[in-house]
Amino acid sequence: MFDSLSDRLGSVLTGLKRRGALKESDVDQAMRDVRLALLEADVALPVVKDFIAGVKAEAVGQKVLKSVTPGQMVVKIVHDGLVEMLGGKPAAEGDEGAEAADTGPEGINLSGEPPSVILMVGLQGSGKTTSTGKIAKRLAERDRKKVLMASLDVYRPAAQEQLRVLGEQAGIPTLPVVEGQQPVDIAKRALQAGKFGGYDVVMLDTAGRLHVDEGLMQEVAAVKAHANPSEVMLVADAMTGQDAVAVADSFNQRVGLTGIMLTRVDGDARGGAALSMRAVTQCPIKLLGVGEKLDELEDFHADRIAGRILGMGDVVSLVERARDTIEAEDAEKLAKKIQKGQFDLEDMASQLAQMRKMGGLEGLLGMMPGVGKMKEQVKAANVNEGLLKRQEAIISSMTPHERRNPKVIHASRKQRIAKGAGASIQEVNKLLKQYQTMAKMMKKVGKSGGKNLMRGLGGMLGGGGGLPPGMMPPGGVR
Amino acid sequence: MGGSWFQRLKDGLRKTSSRLATGIGDIFTKRKLDAEAIEELEDLLVMADLGPATAAKLSAAIAEERFDKEVDEAEVRTALADEITTLLEPVAKPLTAESDANPHVVLVVGVNGSGKTTTIGKLAHALKSDGKSVMLAAGDTFRAAAIEQLKVWGGRAGAPVVAKEQGADSASLAYDAIEQARAQGSDVLLIDTAGRLHNKADLMDELRKVLRVIRKLDETAPHDVLLVLDATTGQNALNQVEVFGSMVDVTGLVVTKLDGTAKGGVLVALAERFGLPVHAVGVGEQADDLRPFAARDFARGLMGLD
Ligand SMILES: Nc1nc2c(ncn2[C@@H]2O[C@H](COP(=O)(O)OP(=O)(O)OP(=O)(O)O)[C@@H](O)[C@H]2O)c(=O)[nH]1
Ligand SMILES: Nc1nc2c(ncn2[C@@H]2O[C@H](COP(=O)(O)OP(=O)(O)OP(=O)(O)O)[C@@H](O)[C@H]2O)c(=O)[nH]1
Ligand SMILES: [Mg+2]
Ligand SMILES: [Mg+2]
Repeated sequence: MFDSLSDRLGSVLTGLKRRGALKESDVDQAMRDVRLALLEADVALPVVKDFIAGVKAEAVGQKVLKSVTPGQMVVKIVHDGLVEMLGGKPAAEGDEGAEAADTGPEGINLSGEPPSVILMVGLQGSGKTTSTGKIAKRLAERDRKKVLMASLDVYRPAAQEQLRVLGEQAGIPTLPVVEGQQPVDIAKRALQAGKFGGYDVVMLDTAGRLHVDEGLMQEVAAVKAHANPSEVMLVADAMTGQDAVAVADSFNQRVGLTGIMLTRVDGDARGGAALSMRAVTQCPIKLLGVGEKLDELEDFHADRIAGRILGMGDVVSLVERARDTIEAEDAEKLAKKIQKGQFDLEDMASQLAQMRKMGGLEGLLGMMPGVGKMKEQVKAANVNEGLLKRQEAIISSMTPHERRNPKVIHASRKQRIAKGAGASIQEVNKLLKQYQTMAKMMKKVGKSGGKNLMRGLGGMLGGGGGLPPGMMPPGGVR
Repeated sequence: MGGSWFQRLKDGLRKTSSRLATGIGDIFTKRKLDAEAIEELEDLLVMADLGPATAAKLSAAIAEERFDKEVDEAEVRTALADEITTLLEPVAKPLTAESDANPHVVLVVGVNGSGKTTTIGKLAHALKSDGKSVMLAAGDTFRAAAIEQLKVWGGRAGAPVVAKEQGADSASLAYDAIEQARAQGSDVLLIDTAGRLHNKADLMDELRKVLRVIRKLDETAPHDVLLVLDATTGQNALNQVEVFGSMVDVTGLVVTKLDGTAKGGVLVALAERFGLPVHAVGVGEQADDLRPFAARDFARGLMGLD
């Protein structure tokens, strides 16, 4: 329904060419789009506001990396902020340019005298019972724990039966139901059964409750007091809207949360609630529910959810990879050569190598929003890693003189080159033709600026290869 | 770089969350409706889940009318509530479940956990109180104990429940249910379905099959296709209505869990975009916790007025 954030930021920020540092006015404009994107993703407004203020302070004055656009740069800063807020490790102090790295999943805490107790809480229908079954199954099968499940839901019709059936499906024992027993007493009985039965873990599934339901909140607080759980998990729906903050805050205040499990991540909601809840409780998001089946459980990765909230393809990894693979000086040098119309086969070889590092043209385009059509062309042209490698091999079996002066390559030389690269003459011819097309393009770019580059790139794809747009050196676009 | 601004953020959030918990509070007393005041209004709407676009549009409309006038908070909120009421009134239509058909078939659909089964229990209760004979069909043959859950509701309402074993084909269950409802002369048949996310093509196809099979027996059926939405859902509700609407011809909405603090403001955006009737709202877990959708009450709730 909505354009991705990076497309939008792209259009906001095209006005500012690469002028070094981001200015406050540029950032202000960009932040309006970031705000919209976050709100459309259901991040709670107070969280959005605070986040924007933080990101803005971070972005103003930052230098735009040479190989990316200012729009991409802002997306990257926003993304890193999100990752950090979602629990990603912050970049080390003073470590300029370090990433807010992906964080591995936070494990379930099973400390203390066994059996460890995991208490599952949340609103009605959020997925507590199903998630109880999922976690139990994982602990039993992957971590070889002996797990007992008990349902404290004495309200919803057939709730206890539901957990019993899930236990049967997963091969996890459930506490036998005693008709009429109340939640606190069920919890006590479960703990006892856990102790005497030699269980490692006792999982307590509770009834869904509204965070404003005083009686039921008291009840679950009492259960917690008796069961002394090592983990109190808030189970929340990824589709939750603005209310996520109030819900998570209340449960945290009343019961004291240790972790959050986000369910229905298999849907198409952008999942802004994750950010809201994490921000307001400071509790790690530990697990994701990604389906109705008991093995549809995943670990949480801050960077993936951040990308999803922004809804922006993978501009971020484009920026990162561009930073990793492109030497600024190389780019500068190339830019000069292009302007003088001196693009030679050596330059082409280094372009091919860089492209390969970035996952080939297809991989590169896959990371860029708004180039769906081009992706098709690329597919049709079959520019894959293997092809890039072969082309590099052909160029490397040329002499330096040949590389710098492609004009001298005639029949006998071609034969030698082909033999050296283990390729056919036709392949060598094809490569040379591509080179010529590229060189022509480069000349044009050098003269007329970068606008034609994207168009030109599409045209060149028939032969494969070409200079990916994200790699356009700074001097080349003017 | 580093975590410093994040630390500031943490401190800030403590305040904002309490601000939220206590409601919006006094964002304005009598003062000029200036740009800042309008932004605050917009914020209020965003926080009620209307979505940024709808919120901007509505507050712009108010701004146009009263910009630079001296107004007080209640006045502006009331004006906005009126605006929203006007938008919602056309979609506030109670479910009659009346047609020449026997039985009148109601198919209930929606994403997982939205409140379908409970809503069927409540509807059965209401229809029985109206003197109708009601039959229920346990069409969720997938989820653990879904059948048992519906049977409890059937027992409470005094409505017979047609069921097969777990794992049975839901389309053939629906077929059997219509035949049984005919045989027993039931006025209304309420068919439960398994929760499904709208982006799952195979599950949506399964639902279409249920629809096809129902139409084999009665081409005018189902007479109502109710999409049950959870009021805590944010902007994703738009996708839900769009996809369920186009795949299974949804005829109306029921919004559940309005007894919480979620305001369900996405309904405003839904009304604007799809114009589907909103038949009822759920305000609790008991059989009589179902109300007709009242546009004015809902709009005033959104604006924090009562
Ligand atoms: N698609 C999807 N469905 C899920 C997921 N987790 C749970 N569900 C479904 O959501 C619905 C509700 O799940 P339950 O486990 O019954 O939720 P609950 O929180 O125990 O509900 P109450 O006990 O009534 O408060 C069921 O249809 C589940 O199959 C998930 O990660 N993805
Ligand atoms: N507070 C409140 N809870 C509700 C309301 N409607 C349903 N619930 C609760 O929400 C939970 C899920 O309701 P169900 O009727 O099982 O939802 P469902 O859509 O049938 O779920 P699946 O079949 O698993 O997809 C239950 O705990 C219900 O008691 C409501 O209006 N208010
Ligand atoms: Mg449950
Ligand atoms: Mg159900």
